[in-house]
Amino acid sequence: MSHAIESADHHHGPDKGFLRWVYTTNHKDIGTMYLLLALGSLLIGGTMAFVIRAELFQPGLQLVDPNFFNQMTTMHGLIMVFGAIMPAFVGLANWLVPMMIGAPDMALPRINNWSFWLLPFAFGMLLCTLFMDGGAPNFGWTFYAPLSTSYAPPSVTFFIFSVHIMGISSIMGAVNVIVTIFNMRAPGMTFMKMPLFVWTWLITAFLLIAVMPVLAGVVTMMLMDIHFGTSFFDAAGGGDPVLFQHVFWFFGHPEVYIMILPAFGIVSHIISTFSRKPLFGYTSMVWATASIAVLSFIVWAHHMFTVGLPLVGELFFMYSTMLIAVPTGVKVFNWVTTMFRGSMTFETPMLFAIAFVVLFTIGGLSGLMLAIAPADFQYHDTYFVVAHFHYVLVPGALFSILAGVYYWLPKWCGRMYSETLGKWHFWLSFIGVNITFFPMHFVGLAGMPRRIPDYALQFADFNAIVSVGAFIFGLSQLIFVYNLWRTTIGGKGEQATDKVWDEPDGLEWDIPSPAPYHSFQEPPQVK
Amino acid sequence: MRRVGISAVSALLLLSNSHSAFAEWGLNMTEGVTQLSQNVHGLHMTIFYICVAIAVVVFGVMLYSIIYHRKSRGAKAANFHESTTVEILWTLIPLIILVVMAIPATQTLIDMYDAEDAEIDIQVTGYQWKWRYTYLNEDVDFFSILTTPQEQIDNKEAKGENYLLEVDNPLVVPVDTKIRFLLTAKDVIHSWWVPDLAVKKDTIPGFINESWTIIDKPGIYRGQCTELCGKGHGFMPIVVKAVSKEEYATWITEQAIAQAAAREVKDMSYEELMAQGESVYKSNCAACHQANGSGMPPVFPALAGSKIALGDIADHIDIVLNGKKGSAMGAYAEQLSVSDIAAVVTYERNAWGNDKGDMATPKQVKQQKESGK
Repeated sequence: MSHAIESADHHHGPDKGFLRWVYTTNHKDIGTMYLLLALGSLLIGGTMAFVIRAELFQPGLQLVDPNFFNQMTTMHGLIMVFGAIMPAFVGLANWLVPMMIGAPDMALPRINNWSFWLLPFAFGMLLCTLFMDGGAPNFGWTFYAPLSTSYAPPSVTFFIFSVHIMGISSIMGAVNVIVTIFNMRAPGMTFMKMPLFVWTWLITAFLLIAVMPVLAGVVTMMLMDIHFGTSFFDAAGGGDPVLFQHVFWFFGHPEVYIMILPAFGIVSHIISTFSRKPLFGYTSMVWATASIAVLSFIVWAHHMFTVGLPLVGELFFMYSTMLIAVPTGVKVFNWVTTMFRGSMTFETPMLFAIAFVVLFTIGGLSGLMLAIAPADFQYHDTYFVVAHFHYVLVPGALFSILAGVYYWLPKWCGRMYSETLGKWHFWLSFIGVNITFFPMHFVGLAGMPRRIPDYALQFADFNAIVSVGAFIFGLSQLIFVYNLWRTTIGGKGEQATDKVWDEPDGLEWDIPSPAPYHSFQEPPQVK
Repeated sequence: MRRVGISAVSALLLLSNSHSAFAEWGLNMTEGVTQLSQNVHGLHMTIFYICVAIAVVVFGVMLYSIIYHRKSRGAKAANFHESTTVEILWTLIPLIILVVMAIPATQTLIDMYDAEDAEIDIQVTGYQWKWRYTYLNEDVDFFSILTTPQEQIDNKEAKGENYLLEVDNPLVVPVDTKIRFLLTAKDVIHSWWVPDLAVKKDTIPGFINESWTIIDKPGIYRGQCTELCGKGHGFMPIVVKAVSKEEYATWITEQAIAQAAAREVKDMSYEELMAQGESVYKSNCAACHQANGSGMPPVFPALAGSKIALGDIADHIDIVLNGKKGSAMGAYAEQLSVSDIAAVVTYERNAWGNDKGDMATPKQVKQQKESGK
């Protein structure tokens, strides 16, 4: 990067040392910090998953007591959702959106700095709760009242504050993405010429602005119930515990798409590049993304089929949920058709992208099964659900992030990662992820509820397999960490060309590798 | 590449088969023992096969491309990237499949919501961490608590066949009878699930939900709580015992008489109180205060050597009867009979090195309960 700084950016450069990272307003520095935060969270959340899987390796209580087990499931969920997946996507947006639209930086660089630097404090506080009297939050990442209000450990107040801070950070990040995309596109780049990653992030940013305040609202209502004597969620005072679930899932369902829409964008780029063929159905991809986003606001109660909704409500949410399969299907068909009659090669990003399409589709199909309300009475809150959402979040969202990092890393740091290590990482992850999550379908159908620290004997064998898979998957991520370190700090790997891959499409490939500190000094012309 | 995953899985299956027979492995949803559970199973299988068919087509095309359209085989990339016809087709076809699927699903759902004309009404109440069953038109009301010994959970004893799925008092119901469940909870949200009946309904404090079943076959059906409800969430199973109508009639009469007898206040000796107290303690108190009275401070205080257990007996009875506000200690006045409370208080004052030597009598507890103090 130093070469670029001296030549292209001599009027001002980054500070030296640690302060560079504190004061930076540069989209690349901030993107890097977001990605590192996400990696750190992934490792911490993964360690918690190890604790969970080690306890569940055999029936009986071996390692932890049930209360600590609940803290682990809760913190694992919170850290993976808010600490790993979401910041990783924001990090990618920071790096890529300006380069893809031909801009020098994000539109609001100081807000960018602040929205990042809020996060380490939010997560620091959340992690501190593990050491507090009464322990960390233990009511599940969905924190249903009244378990999370009247019956919560004292640390719940810190949890609420932490969620508030994360929410502020997310909203500022989203505002920044929207303002950047609306105002800083290169001349000639109309909306329907924008790269899909930019499109999916634009829609994601609107989702964030719409639902983060709802999350803030629901935790504030909890805070009031806990400390100020209100009864939003307490029937004894005229409130309603189910209200909590409605408000939470009105946030929670769009949140699910916040974690997958940018993945759709990434995978679209990668599949097109390595099939050496333009993406099939660009326009329909954009419309499918937008309709998924709109539908995400009217499906929330499919998480609540067993709370005793009236029949009409049940039917409405069943139908609307099933509808989501249509635009999602369009996307999958478009990807497959992009590969069809292409000229494919299978570098690490492509392997992860193909695995994404296959495994995300499996997760989508089990989602369709879950949409059938009467059948959901048997699936709800069992390991079948755990299998479903891990299929869309791990080989879904996480694989797309890994694919994206491998795909753009040579552009970021100017050197190629080790393809051999990348392939090892992929195959071990692919095998591990399936050994971990596929058998969960079976134990779920056979009747194992989720969030239990100990289980009946008929679930024992599958749980042992799942635990073995989890350790294979988790440990193989260390290969990724090493590969990253080796390529960036270690300085190994051959020099990347400006194009990096075989004729990839997009403005980011027109600038040198590594990308200069301010991506485009002069706006490029888009034809 | 999926084949690799599958063979790895089956290799692991063989390796890890140490403690239970393959035959016991549940792979799929149970068909259950009611008309509704069979309908639900049918829906599940239909949608599953539709999903498999979609997956076969999609992954088939993909696999074909991966094999034949690879650069290493000299494939040249085509340049097509749009077709409105195809896009409309693959929007409409899934839509039609969905409509076909929605029709039977809607029918089953409407049936599930028709809880009218029930012959028996049973109120199901969730507590941290046990179930209470109240037969609304009979004088029968009892708690149902996990009986798996703590030693099995702690791996100090071999685990029994129904490990974690066994209770002291199962819910007894007749077959071929429409039974309506009215579900609610006392503290947090729980969820009452018996897979064989395809009944899963959340029990919500302050609200009453409704569900129903008609069981076709006598037998014992086991289920679990399915809404995270605190640390005992994995330890509050459900056992339903379906018996013939005659057997049920006899059982309910006997229960009513036995429960009326238990409500009578009789004199008990110190030994009787200690023996009954130990079993009451194990089922109701040990989850938090631990079998040896050591508790889990700071949330669940120790009883061995505690101020309450070694202090004034009236205060001790009071905290068991009415609970302690702002803490996890609940009120047991409704949950336990006066003799149970007398027994458990006596036990707590004289176990694990506590040596008060005094005893609480059922009369004393009754008096204190009625005086409201």
